[in-house]
Amino acid sequence: MDFDLSEEQRLLKDSVDRLMADRYDFESRQRYAKEPEGWSKELWSAYAELGLLALPFDEAHGGFGGGPVETMAIMEAFGRSLALEPYLATVILGGGLLQHGGSEEQKSAYLPQIASGDLRLAFAHTERQSRYDLFDVGTAAQRDGGSFVLNGQKSVVLHGDSADKILVTARVAGSRRDRDGIGLFLLDANAPGVSRRGYPTQDGQRAAEVTLESVRVDAENVIGNPEGALPVVEKVTDIAIAALTAEAIGAMDEMLKLTVDYLKTRKQFNTTIGSFQVLQHRSSEMFIALEQGRSMAMFAAMMAQEQNAEERRKAISAAKVQIGRSGRFVGQQAIQLHGGVGMTMEYKVGHLFKRVTMIDTLFGDADHHLSKLAETGGLMAA
Amino acid sequence: MDLRFTDEELAFRDEVREFFRTALPDSIRRKMIEGHHPSKDDLVTWSRILNAKGWAVPHWPVEWGGTGWSPVKQYIFRDELQQAPAPEPLAFGVSMVGPVIYTFGNDEQKRRFLPRIANLDDWWCQGFSEPGAGSDLASLKTTAKREGDFYIVNGQKTWTTLAQHADWIFCLARTDSAVKKQEGISFLLIDMKTPGITVRPIQTIDGGHEVNEVFFDDVRVPAENLVGQENKGWDYAKFLLGNERVGIARIGISKARLKRVRELASLERIGDVPLIEIPRFREKLAAVEVELKALEMTQLRVVAAESRREKGKPDPASSILKIKGSEIQQATTELLMEVVGPFAMPYHPEEEGRNEPIDGPDWASTAAPTYFNWRKISIYGGSNEIQKNIIAKAILGF
Repeated sequence: MDFDLSEEQRLLKDSVDRLMADRYDFESRQRYAKEPEGWSKELWSAYAELGLLALPFDEAHGGFGGGPVETMAIMEAFGRSLALEPYLATVILGGGLLQHGGSEEQKSAYLPQIASGDLRLAFAHTERQSRYDLFDVGTAAQRDGGSFVLNGQKSVVLHGDSADKILVTARVAGSRRDRDGIGLFLLDANAPGVSRRGYPTQDGQRAAEVTLESVRVDAENVIGNPEGALPVVEKVTDIAIAALTAEAIGAMDEMLKLTVDYLKTRKQFNTTIGSFQVLQHRSSEMFIALEQGRSMAMFAAMMAQEQNAEERRKAISAAKVQIGRSGRFVGQQAIQLHGGVGMTMEYKVGHLFKRVTMIDTLFGDADHHLSKLAETGGLMAA
Repeated sequence: MDLRFTDEELAFRDEVREFFRTALPDSIRRKMIEGHHPSKDDLVTWSRILNAKGWAVPHWPVEWGGTGWSPVKQYIFRDELQQAPAPEPLAFGVSMVGPVIYTFGNDEQKRRFLPRIANLDDWWCQGFSEPGAGSDLASLKTTAKREGDFYIVNGQKTWTTLAQHADWIFCLARTDSAVKKQEGISFLLIDMKTPGITVRPIQTIDGGHEVNEVFFDDVRVPAENLVGQENKGWDYAKFLLGNERVGIARIGISKARLKRVRELASLERIGDVPLIEIPRFREKLAAVEVELKALEMTQLRVVAAESRREKGKPDPASSILKIKGSEIQQATTELLMEVVGPFAMPYHPEEEGRNEPIDGPDWASTAAPTYFNWRKISIYGGSNEIQKNIIAKAILGF
């Protein structure tokens, strides 16, 4: 039992924290959001230089063999600064799917390119009807000799508009809600038949609607078993959820800090409003929600590598429930305690609130995961 | 960072679990599972079994019977004890006055009291709260006037838990009323058999008799029973209250009760469907489990940081443990009452020698009283509102 970071992890955390403190203050962030991709290419290069884009990959493929604890340190810093770059889409999701599901050739071909910052990926899984069910896949992949022809539509593809390649789930066999029969395919984002419509998301990031019309995918771009990709998809999304819980903690921590600072300086009735017990207690409740969330983000990081898939899923669901609830409470109270200032677009706290709100809707909200957890016998029966 | 227990810690957990499985008398285990209060005899019996094993006071210094276990092992021990479920050793002795005596007492006091606390030869109770001194404890009015080799104690204590069984009471009393209220308080050890002490029961809303009023009328306390220095009692009291918060999350107790809820909810049926399969109910149960898992991780973070903390300085984060721990324990009592349904209604006061049959399933009768009784836990040990003050001041810097 040890909650401390190792020396190497501490160095990593310090360097990420320093980079974000130096180059990612709120004004810079708002400037980056206006760049053509909706994020900063300059920072993306800086992440590559620091090794962040190579972090979770095997050393054999130019990575550093980092695990969920290293990812947690990075994501917390990104959450605090509201980082816009497609780290989750490219490194955690795209890179993760290749790392955990790809062949040796695929890994050698793409992971080093991700590490150097030259390849950006997106993961297309959500469909109009699927809500949060990863197995609900209507997009069709029809066999044609050794290759596949894809038809269908994918929604809310994170950073799908700026990606070079897109990983897509599509159904090779079975009916729409079968767990078996799902394949994972790597497409060139500009391949014939792929059309993308990018748009901003509520939290200032980017996503795309991706339409696939008779898109041909060769055998070499099928990731893993073409009829059995779901376990890898679930594993990698669980790793992504663990990363998101850490990002949410960074954002919540920043909201609490901004709120407490505000209460200590804002004066009404001839005194700082932080002298009022009702506001002190609310802040204490925010702190409790944050720390309970932080505990579960740590639990998620620990369990993201669990070999037993059912145990892993339960733990990740539990963490997502806690983060969803903590995030909602901390976010709503941060706005409330700031008063009118919290409502303005020019102030950071509202953007943090929007980010944690959207994190709840990524890969299943608190209610979705609570009901999944309850259906599978709860946490303690484990 | 590795949040898993080490192999050694896992082996220790198995050893402890096995001991509780074999050494805890079945009659006591039954009472604990069914939500009855263990009797004085039960607690004495169990404390002596633990003491014979050398496990009555694991957290004490080794020379006074402690085990020298790491904070993590201490945690595992407590968690397993609560999940057994076994009665916890009497906190007033082993967790409250014991640590005050070995930290601030003199050698004579240590020799005289500590072994008897460990073996539950002396039953201790806590004389802190007064009718006019609850959350504002330092405003207490009970006085102790020095006369020769004695203090003469006058006043009233209240909410004195299990004083009806007590041999000794540790008291905060005012020895100087001319100074700031925190600076005139002393910490006295008082023999309950001393003339002038009257104990009067207070019945609580669950129908039980746990707490009492204790009256002091010219009670002569030998001056040698002063702990530490005169007028420094407030420091010792703060130390004691900080220790009290560390174990207060009682995660093992909540785990045991949730297990009970799950078992009973699979027996109770709505029509043909066991309650546990009703989505609304099982989601409510799962939600409490999530909160409890988060609290367990928070507790372990506090435990892991313990070895780095200055001795005797409680972690202000332990206020989270008090607040969430009490809220979760209370939520488990609500769930249990919901499982019991209409058979929460019949009232069976727990009286000695009572042997009339229970109306309804025999496991139902304690559900409502436990729910009523456990409202106390967000009040005692520094109410949850006081804990929020502590977080606001000590952590957030208001």
